Amino acid sequence: MTTPLLQVDALRTVFTANGREVRAVDGVSFEIASGETFALLGESGCGKSMTALSLMRLVPEPAGCIRDGAVRLQGEDLLALPEAAMRDVRGRRMAMIFQEPMTSLNPVFTVGEQIGEVLGRHLGLRGEAMRSRVLALLDAVGIPDPARRFGEYPHQLSGGMKQRVMIAMALAGEPELLIADEPTTALDVTIQAQVLELMTQLQREMGMSILLITHDLGVVSETADRVAVMYAGQVVEEAGRAAFFTQPRHPYAQKLFESLPNMHKRGQRLAVIPGSVPALDTEFRGCRFADRCDRAWQLCHEQAPPWVPGEEGERPGGVRCHLYTPDQTLEAASPRATAEPVTAAEESPVATPAGDELLRVEGLKVHFPIRSGLLRRQNQAVRAVDGVDFRIPAARTLALVGESGCGKTTAGKGILQLIRPTAGRVLFDGVDLASLPPRALRRRRGELQIIFQDPFSSMNPRMRIADIVEEGMLTQGIGASAAERAERVDRLLNQVGLSPAMKQRYPHEFSGGQRQRICIARALAVEPRLIVCDEPTSALDVSVQAQILNLLKDLQDDLGLAYLFITHDISVVEYLAHEVAVMYLGRIVEQGSVDEVLNNPLHPYTQALLAAVPSIERNEHGVERPVLKVVGEMPSPVNPPSGCHFHPRCPRAMAICREDYPPLSLPEGSHSVRCFLYAEASGTE
Amino acid sequence: MARLLGLWLPLAVVALWALAALLGPWLPLSPDTIHLPRILQPPGAGSLLGYDDLGRSLAARVVSGAQTSFLVALWVVAISASLGTALGATSAYLGGAWDQVIVRIIDIFLAFPGILLAIALAGILGPGIDNVVLALSVVGWVGFARLARAQVLSLKQREHVQAARVLGAGPLRILYRHLLPLILAPLIVEASFGVAGVVIAEAGLSFLGLGVQPPAASWGSMIRDGARYLLVAPHMVMVPGVALALVVLAVNLLGDRLRDRLDVRRWRA
Repeated sequence: MTTPLLQVDALRTVFTANGREVRAVDGVSFEIASGETFALLGESGCGKSMTALSLMRLVPEPAGCIRDGAVRLQGEDLLALPEAAMRDVRGRRMAMIFQEPMTSLNPVFTVGEQIGEVLGRHLGLRGEAMRSRVLALLDAVGIPDPARRFGEYPHQLSGGMKQRVMIAMALAGEPELLIADEPTTALDVTIQAQVLELMTQLQREMGMSILLITHDLGVVSETADRVAVMYAGQVVEEAGRAAFFTQPRHPYAQKLFESLPNMHKRGQRLAVIPGSVPALDTEFRGCRFADRCDRAWQLCHEQAPPWVPGEEGERPGGVRCHLYTPDQTLEAASPRATAEPVTAAEESPVATPAGDELLRVEGLKVHFPIRSGLLRRQNQAVRAVDGVDFRIPAARTLALVGESGCGKTTAGKGILQLIRPTAGRVLFDGVDLASLPPRALRRRRGELQIIFQDPFSSMNPRMRIADIVEEGMLTQGIGASAAERAERVDRLLNQVGLSPAMKQRYPHEFSGGQRQRICIARALAVEPRLIVCDEPTSALDVSVQAQILNLLKDLQDDLGLAYLFITHDISVVEYLAHEVAVMYLGRIVEQGSVDEVLNNPLHPYTQALLAAVPSIERNEHGVERPVLKVVGEMPSPVNPPSGCHFHPRCPRAMAICREDYPPLSLPEGSHSVRCFLYAEASGTE
Repeated sequence: MARLLGLWLPLAVVALWALAALLGPWLPLSPDTIHLPRILQPPGAGSLLGYDDLGRSLAARVVSGAQTSFLVALWVVAISASLGTALGATSAYLGGAWDQVIVRIIDIFLAFPGILLAIALAGILGPGIDNVVLALSVVGWVGFARLARAQVLSLKQREHVQAARVLGAGPLRILYRHLLPLILAPLIVEASFGVAGVVIAEAGLSFLGLGVQPPAASWGSMIRDGARYLLVAPHMVMVPGVALALVVLAVNLLGDRLRDRLDVRRWRA
């Protein structure tokens, strides 16, 4: 076996925060061969980003420092290099791209200048030679019209474009290793698919290695050759991709798979990993995962497990778990077999029957005026929601799916009257909320509630949990006395899985998942019948997401709640929703039951959206889905394209698509679509 | 050392100022008693801070002046902070026509040099400590209103405010429970700087003869009286001048300190 490109050996990086030592990277070792994609997988706070910064020697000093270990790039120890020599490595031999393309570019320099800077620094290119190289790079990363983009500033580019520019910058030095730290997490799925494909293609052409840092199993299955799973500052498992996805060995990795929502787990509870990732300033004695592991025994709590190398293959990988140590052969005999069946197959009672119609939205429009000129006259409008119709029966979940900027959140706020709709009716239980005067509306508020995406900003930081949960009872006049309300607060906290003993604490003392539970308790306090869930799990880690999804499902079964579930995450939709509505640029393009829409998507946009979602199933089991790729990005809702909004990106666009907005077609059952491909097939409206 | 200069010394000065103001009436001082033989006597043994042109003890008058400046500062900041916060916060939260009106009024007040407006007002209202408070409050609320409005504008889109609206909370409840506690920190800092500004402004008005009336003492009027004797008895200007400078400096240093302590970014982490 040849020397690997990068060898990381027992790397240890520590931080000092508030006088405590945080061991962010605690003895991490791995090797990356040339030309391969190595994925470092882990939840937030496991030290994966810090590992990347340590490789580049960019750990923020003086708070952090690389304690010991070695990082060898083609045999040369980077940690021993003087800083000046390290500067020749960064950007030249190892380049890095970050998660947030919005803040990774300098806003006061043009795109050309920023890429040119790398070329000048590392390759000594100047003037015309530099310019032509920059143009070639921009072209290589798929930026149309590079000559024009050369002179543009970052704010003139969309998020996907910025990430492409970041990639072009990273490639400018022709690095041997590209470190990509969550490169697509901030992007929409269709853009993510484009960027991942670009990275794979560039890797093939240039023969570089990629260290991909991510929390997304789907992205790993799409791109990686090898996988290392990090937990609490350590690598707990390393394996080739195929081996990892067919048979993950560490209980943590197994649990991660089981907690992923998907279509086959619908109606069942998701496996959860209790608790949350331990703080890295803990003194660990035994296995770091022992407290959350359902297969841990006494030894796990007492003795840290050694690294157990795998048996076969050129690069055997390994796992850090007592289950696999030689003297534990009994337990290790058949690790997979002893594991619980994939999901605790606890079939929930046959899904609650759909009740009467609870919410009906008719022609909902929310436009934001754009005023300009001396007289501040309205001359344009952002058509965030432009004519949306749907209905939700009691005890049902409607998922509103779409990419960012499609208007799904605005639609939710328009229904709740947080933003008064420009037009249309929102009939809740037969009463049009949009035309209710403020006072009457406030009295009905209790029946519709909302759970937000960011559990950190959705609670008043100066209020105690008890007061937060109690507030709705006060405004809605629920509970006659303070004692009655206090007792109800306790009951609600129990219901969402929190201890009532915590109620005198402030929000900042809770983890993300716990805060989301508190928000759910706050919503439940006023006895709602419909809850708008606005991406309630997208700020959470997979294992915590499973806890919240289970809770939402239980509540629906117990209380008969209806959900309007706003999300971009198809796997959550598959798992939780009864009906799906796909939104594009302010309008619903396809709607139907979850099976109809996800198994038989009709609209080219839905097809593209589904194809863009990195799917473990598709990659590992060869399940085919219609592969339909879209190019470009969503246009601005100020100036939607004429005719069908999707036609500029649609691979199946016809002449008529440019002229007219397609009518509603109903090819079968409750499935409806707005696309000319189906216009003749059935009666139009 | 930095802690001593930045925190303890200013704290001591402010405490002394407050004590002088609060305990002044009970101290055995006679700021208005004339000692003819001691006219213009400089500081020295037996005369503490010296005597003025009418033979009144400067030490007693500085303490009495502290009382004036302290009372004026307290009242003006209290009135303008509560008025300004109420107007600014409601204007931002309710929006619409009310917001338009308040913003225009703020703009108009900001277009005037503040102290000139105060002088004009004090001139129209006539001299007297209550009129000084009135004139300075009319000028002072604008800063608080602008700050409160900006803070509320940025906070009112926060999800916890939206959540409260969805729970059916009315505007008053949201302002009082969900917005005011969060904008308090910057407002307190603004108020601490406001104190320093008011002390200077009161001295300025009194210097122009628009503040307290003789024989009552104010640092501003003491400086005015002393200005005529600057060459023969510089201590008449020095004593109130140094008192004024020390108090303003100390208040400003403490305000800086407070701003660092209450920095939102710090306690969020």
